[in-house]
Amino acid sequence: MPARLLKFAFSRQHPEPRMFTRHEKLKSSYDVVIIGAGGHGLASAYYLARDYGIRDVAVLDKGYLGGGNTGRNTTIIRSNYLTPEGVQFYDESVRLWQNLSADFDLNLFYSTRGHFTLAHTDAAMRTMRWRAEVNKHYGIDSEVVDRQAVHEAIPSMDIDCAGHAPVLGALYHAPGAIARHDAVAWGYGRGADRRGTEIHQNTEAIGIEVEDTGSGPRVTGVRTTRGRIATRKVLCAVAGSTPRLLDMLSLRSPIVVHPLQAMVSEPLKPWLDPIIVSASLHVYVSQSARGELVMGASLDPYELHSTRSTLDFTEALAAHMLEMFPFLSDVKINRQWAGMADMTPDFAPIMGLTPVQGFYLDSGWGTWGFKATPVCGKTMSFTVARDQAHPLIAGFGFDRFAHYSLTGEKGAASVGH
Amino acid sequence: MKLLTCPINGPRAISEFACGGELRAMPDPAASDDRTWADYVFNRASLPGLKREWWCHTPSGVWFIAERDTATDTVHRTYLFTPELLAAGART
Repeated sequence: MPARLLKFAFSRQHPEPRMFTRHEKLKSSYDVVIIGAGGHGLASAYYLARDYGIRDVAVLDKGYLGGGNTGRNTTIIRSNYLTPEGVQFYDESVRLWQNLSADFDLNLFYSTRGHFTLAHTDAAMRTMRWRAEVNKHYGIDSEVVDRQAVHEAIPSMDIDCAGHAPVLGALYHAPGAIARHDAVAWGYGRGADRRGTEIHQNTEAIGIEVEDTGSGPRVTGVRTTRGRIATRKVLCAVAGSTPRLLDMLSLRSPIVVHPLQAMVSEPLKPWLDPIIVSASLHVYVSQSARGELVMGASLDPYELHSTRSTLDFTEALAAHMLEMFPFLSDVKINRQWAGMADMTPDFAPIMGLTPVQGFYLDSGWGTWGFKATPVCGKTMSFTVARDQAHPLIAGFGFDRFAHYSLTGEKGAASVGH
Repeated sequence: MKLLTCPINGPRAISEFACGGELRAMPDPAASDDRTWADYVFNRASLPGLKREWWCHTPSGVWFIAERDTATDTVHRTYLFTPELLAAGART
């Protein structure tokens, strides 16, 4: 259609709708300010507008939309967690994921693959059985399968992993899936934008203003690099920058930031259908719709606020990949990158109300935040709109550490971080 | 390969070391209330910046202190622990 294309090129007003509205100016006040335009922040904005009619909302980001951990994860979605709190929470998330493409009218390339968590030791098999029983109790499709079943499902894998880590069995989770991560941020962003929410990129929050009400501090505004905003409610969804935001309010937390690295191979013809995780070998891998192998490993072993990547990581992960799939020895690595993971001592997030009234936290997402994007939006929008924690996030409160009531999810982290 | 200088063994590959977290003064367990103790057990000073940390050279088992910038991953100094370090206002 060359004539139409030519007309389009010369038209002053682009007739095709843009993904987002560009707002030249910040308003002086909003009902709600969300700091962080990643998946979690935008999902919260989307459900605030759609389910609660709260549309006078600004979503701020110091960089670009979805440029943090939303665009840096390995896109795995699963709900086979260990604690009842975790299992119910992620199960709701998987349910939301399955309808999201239709909800957005945008293809997220949501692809249900099945998810194997390999066990190479008796101790790992015991944890798998434990997880399977907790999962089944809550109606989640999860079972322990034996070595033969793993071999039949993934015939291309060396079942003995080069001889020194033979697979004894696996936890199999049929609903395990992958999705296009950028599209998730765009889908939520567009949905929120169409309902009147303003998305402001390149706008960094540099201070949070509070007043003392007698019964504790209360949020009154946010200072940004583009001016001050008056607001009574601030939602902080900034992943690895959480300590810097909490410091603005002099709040202490157990969060420690570690880089988490990942890499992709060059594109290959489709050969790997399921998602495979091995805690002993520190590997998780799936094949994307583009044919790239998307690979991740454990956290960098010490605190660092940086998204640098290292050769040590590439070498170690590639070595473990070759133990599982020796035929990949000629395959090249295309890209590697890192995200800043905000880790908590019990491997569960920190969500909900804080000691500062009107300041809501969605943090501590460490290495497991992408899969929770929809349910975080749902529960945080409820929490912000009603000023009370959603029942699904009751076990993830900011004050649980002061009361020594942790929610231990380390056994369900994908690899031994 | 990244190197770290052990005060006893000299410069070694970073893979020979384990990080033991920031240097902190422990409150008196008998005298502190639950909240103070929980703050010590769980909470950390997690802002990026120059910090004193415990590191261990694992082959020899030497524990020492490294002054490291957690924003840039540059190590400024390493030395052995002395009790005066805690008195000298270590960041907690």
